[in-house]
Amino acid sequence: MPQMRATERQRGSGQQLRRLQVAWPGNAVMAIFVDQDTRVIVQGLTGGQGKFHGLRNREYGTQVVAGVTPGKGGQEVTAAGGESIPVFDSVAEAVAATGATASFVAVPPKAAPAAILEAAAAGIGFVVCITEGIPAQDEARVFNTLLRQHPSTRLLGPNCPGIISPGKCNIGITPSSIAQEPTAAGPNVGIVSRSGTLTYQALYELQQNGIGVSTCVGIGGDPVPGTSFVDCLAEFERDPETHAVIMFGEIGGSAEEEAAEFITANVSKPMSAYIAGVTAPAGKKMGHAGAIVSGGKGTAQGKMDALAAAGVKVGLNPTEAGELMAALVADL
Amino acid sequence: MLDLFEYQGKQYFARFGIPVSPGGVACTVDEAAAAAEQAGYPVVVKAQVQVGGRGKAGGIKLANDAGEVRTHAGNILGMDIKGHRVERVWVEHASDIDEEYYASFTLDRAAKQHLLMLSAQGGVDIEDVARTDPAAIVKLHIDPVDGFPEATARRAAVDAKLPARAQDGVAAILVQLYDCFTKGDCDLAEINPLILKPDGQVHALDAKVSLDGNAAFRHPEWEEFGETEVLDERERLAKEKDLQYIGLDGSVGIIANGAGLAMSTLDVVNQVGGAAANFLDIGGGANADVMAAALDVINHDENVRSIFVNIFGGITRGEEVAKGIVEGLSRVELRAPIVIRLDGTNAEEGRQIILDAGIPADKLITKPTMLEAAREAVRLANGSEGGG
Repeated sequence: MPQMRATERQRGSGQQLRRLQVAWPGNAVMAIFVDQDTRVIVQGLTGGQGKFHGLRNREYGTQVVAGVTPGKGGQEVTAAGGESIPVFDSVAEAVAATGATASFVAVPPKAAPAAILEAAAAGIGFVVCITEGIPAQDEARVFNTLLRQHPSTRLLGPNCPGIISPGKCNIGITPSSIAQEPTAAGPNVGIVSRSGTLTYQALYELQQNGIGVSTCVGIGGDPVPGTSFVDCLAEFERDPETHAVIMFGEIGGSAEEEAAEFITANVSKPMSAYIAGVTAPAGKKMGHAGAIVSGGKGTAQGKMDALAAAGVKVGLNPTEAGELMAALVADL
Repeated sequence: MLDLFEYQGKQYFARFGIPVSPGGVACTVDEAAAAAEQAGYPVVVKAQVQVGGRGKAGGIKLANDAGEVRTHAGNILGMDIKGHRVERVWVEHASDIDEEYYASFTLDRAAKQHLLMLSAQGGVDIEDVARTDPAAIVKLHIDPVDGFPEATARRAAVDAKLPARAQDGVAAILVQLYDCFTKGDCDLAEINPLILKPDGQVHALDAKVSLDGNAAFRHPEWEEFGETEVLDERERLAKEKDLQYIGLDGSVGIIANGAGLAMSTLDVVNQVGGAAANFLDIGGGANADVMAAALDVINHDENVRSIFVNIFGGITRGEEVAKGIVEGLSRVELRAPIVIRLDGTNAEEGRQIILDAGIPADKLITKPTMLEAAREAVRLANGSEGGG
């Protein structure tokens, strides 16, 4: 489970882990939340999106071990190469049969809250929910239910692109072709981003600069994301194979300001950032429930200033943020 | 997100048992007079606009008889308040007011919990109170798992230093308002002022309600609210086609997938010296039909001189986007050339489809990066403006 590895990392020093990789040069470097050992079920594997992206994840090398669709237990979904993936009626059955540790939730908004809680109740440690359009009231209830009843389950999303640890594991809809694999020698960069397509843009900018990515996390643009910038920054700071972090935020809310506070106190690794929405008119909702400037709060400028004050190099567009990161890692 | 007018907010409140003044909505002077008869004199005639400061602008008037109602309704209907034209008035029985309070529920995104704000200082801008006398606002976080029991409501009323004779009534309304906020799927449920009458009754004299559009699937009763939404021509067309569209004033039409990338596209166009004509997010999983519809909406904007299509495929697949563009071009004569930047899932297939369609270069240009595409789109927009 990802949580166990995090604990091991805290106990062992970065030096020891580095030696381990030298001892097994063929072995991949570290990552946060998910890696080559992560065993994934897809809730909604028999549906359109779940099947398309679940199978793509599997083709990438992700251990997609089962699907869950209530009422379709016993069926199979055929993956590339003719192998079949078993489908179960419930997450509990899928976990018992396959030892799954993570779940990819790809079901419609009405069903997603129950699907997330079912995964948590079945002992899944990491849940990725890509579903767009879940009511904010449901999100707030799910978040607080997880916090109180299933504190060992981490939710990523909803309304997020997912997570990719290049070369090891891809859960969600991130196009893997733009994810540059990390190198044992480094330097490798961690990515955390709020908006889906901007997450891809961040991957693309690093690829253009030939920079390897340890893990890329899309936290999603909804009002109550399960995983925050701060959660990811804490993990990246601990991860010995992440040497720098690039962060893409956007207008609305205060998540970027909270990240800036956290960076000031806790992040030693170099960072660059980009904030979308400089030209967005106030009071207008720009697609995301999250992306709205209200009462003069949550402006792009305010967020950029907060991050700059925390020592982050802030670019005015995604390309500039990528170039700033290239300059930062060149000095490492 | 859907902002309700005051009269709609009050009707929504009434569904959850929150006491409001008897009244009716009117689009004409005759309807206003009829509503006044129903409500009982004296009445207040209130302009229905989604902007603050309508009282100062002359949009709220007291009327003691039918003649006064006709005069005031006649003046207010059609009035322009800060750029908002008054299409309707709400006519309600005038209330005697002893005291005015403030109450609201919203989501505190930083705390990831619900937030109650309650103050004995109502009837004024709550942000002014927050600035001048922050201690006058009781802020209480509520875990959605626990809900908001009446005992908690009562404690909040005491903490806000409301007079003893108002506490029961306010506590009861707070519980109802929380019900409206949660079961009614509001982003915001606000009463300002919440009034105490001489007879000890408490009720909502105003209503500010924002609904969470994501919850529309479980609220068929919301359909009527959508009909009165204030939209310009382009926004109306986009809404019909279920597109996330916001009209702006520039000359570069924007189509992107994902709110973040769409916002970023606006920013980049701005940085290279252009101005966006719109924000348009075709969303995740957009297919050929959605793309064609998006082009159609942009094509209705006569300020558009170039169209920047910025797609990074995830759920959205490149070949679907490409099919949509080819389809769109075959369906409508576009007023402006398209500059496209296509990356991500099945982008290669998409680019091939566009290439195979043999679209001439004065109608469609492909650029490899967001910045290059933005520069080209802005060059075309500014250039063709100069050439007429």
